[in-house]
Amino acid sequence: MILQLSFYLFSTVLVASAMMVVTVRNPVKAALFLVLAFFSAACIWMTLEAEFLSIVLILVYVGAVMVLFLFVVMMLDIDIARMREGFAKYLPVGIIVALGLIIELVVVLSGKAFQLASMPRPVGHDADYSNTKELGRLLYTDYVFPFEIAGLILLVAIIAAISLTLRRRNTKYQTPGNQVKVVKSDRLKIIKMKGQPGAES
Amino acid sequence: MDTLLSIWMWFPELLRVFVVNLALIVAIVVPLMICVAYFTFAERKVIGYMQVRIGPNRVGPRGWLQPIADAVKLMFKEIIIPTESNPYLFRMAPVLVLGPSLAAWAVVPFTDSWVLANIDASLLYVLALTSLGVYGVIIAGWASNSKYAFLGAMRSAAQIVAYEIAMGFALVGVLMAAGSLNLHDIVTAQSGGIHQWYFIPLFPLFIVYFISGVAETNRAPFDVAEGESEIVAGFHVEYSGMAFAVFFLAEYANMILIAALTVLMFLGGWQAPFDVAPFTWIPAFLWFGIKTSAVAFFFLWFRATFPRYRYDQIMRLGWKVFIPVTLVWIAVIGVFRFFTPFGHWFQ
Repeated sequence: MILQLSFYLFSTVLVASAMMVVTVRNPVKAALFLVLAFFSAACIWMTLEAEFLSIVLILVYVGAVMVLFLFVVMMLDIDIARMREGFAKYLPVGIIVALGLIIELVVVLSGKAFQLASMPRPVGHDADYSNTKELGRLLYTDYVFPFEIAGLILLVAIIAAISLTLRRRNTKYQTPGNQVKVVKSDRLKIIKMKGQPGAES
Repeated sequence: MDTLLSIWMWFPELLRVFVVNLALIVAIVVPLMICVAYFTFAERKVIGYMQVRIGPNRVGPRGWLQPIADAVKLMFKEIIIPTESNPYLFRMAPVLVLGPSLAAWAVVPFTDSWVLANIDASLLYVLALTSLGVYGVIIAGWASNSKYAFLGAMRSAAQIVAYEIAMGFALVGVLMAAGSLNLHDIVTAQSGGIHQWYFIPLFPLFIVYFISGVAETNRAPFDVAEGESEIVAGFHVEYSGMAFAVFFLAEYANMILIAALTVLMFLGGWQAPFDVAPFTWIPAFLWFGIKTSAVAFFFLWFRATFPRYRYDQIMRLGWKVFIPVTLVWIAVIGVFRFFTPFGHWFQ
């Protein structure tokens, strides 16, 4: 009973916040609603005993990706009035894309794989069942090659992103180590001079 | 007594579970809040003595009632909501900061048997919740509709994302050593005395984790998000009264949480350092408290000692020093686990 109630609660919040993401005007609020949508999706996964995936969803998407997303969205100065100008112009394209999406969803969801009969309720496990361990076992035995390939692609992407920032720029910068190591004799030269005759009286 | 028990059993099971858990939550949160209040007092006293002052000593005997006086004062102040701000988000932000830092205590094992929820992936749960706290800061900065608050929020967001990666990698080292994501199992894996605690084999990760924890809680020397010398008080400039007090409480609750997690993962949790007589007389939860206070003291010590980092220095330390250190040490642990004269740490 509790499980059903929590499922309906989280899925209502999920659907409502997903609706708000696309309808709300303010982009920052839209991003915050997206955070809420991710969070409720994670809660639904939790009720499926997929605690590892659900916490990782929170950790990666809510904790890191959306923070960076908000970071960018907050910096943008979006003029809502100007965005609404093009509404009529883009409407036909938008309708076509939306229709395409709806048709695809209907085709996929009405297929055999999504019938209730082919999706039985997953069997419950004991309290000492470790979701994480099972997932690790599966990833490193049955799916080890796809997993390694995905890892390699991500590694290449990271290296590519870093090498993009490594362009030699013509900027001057300080090396803090040298700044810290500086001593008096590097900056200050004391010269002994003879006093000029007549300068002092 | 029997009649009371029968009345109790007469309630539906759902209600009983609810009531018991609520009582347990109160039993954790109320002492925690008292600790937070006296931690603020301890901070003022400790920093006072470090700077050759006395610190607060007027309210109550030796100033002991100072935190209560502060709380009462803040409660009676008006909460000003700036015009042109976003009132809902503005009110929500302090709650979003405090909530995760309290919720994380649900999985903290105080002793071998005292834990509210002994869930399997509690380490991940803690990491996920500590990463949520940043939303409160970002929302507070944005909803205030103020330049300084906004700058503070931006700084805090970049800083927390940078240090969270280092923190996460440090925890990867811990879970490799313990072979479990459960905080209780991590502590029991360190049993046997001080030489078994993970701060010895995982020393670089211990340092990285604790310093990242200081950065994550926006404490000195990483408190650029507040940076009163350049951006007034950062994300909470516009907050007053109790709303400000909630931010303040959250900061101290987070510090205690980071200290407790450091103790659990690197300093043997509730276990005594030596398994001989005078040490085993002290009960387990007291050991946990003593160790947590000792680690929490470092937060105050740092604040009294170090000047604030510059923003680019913070970023360099996070991305270019801590993350490589943790990556190297994870590889080292992987080697140690299998080719080993050091195997006794990683059973």
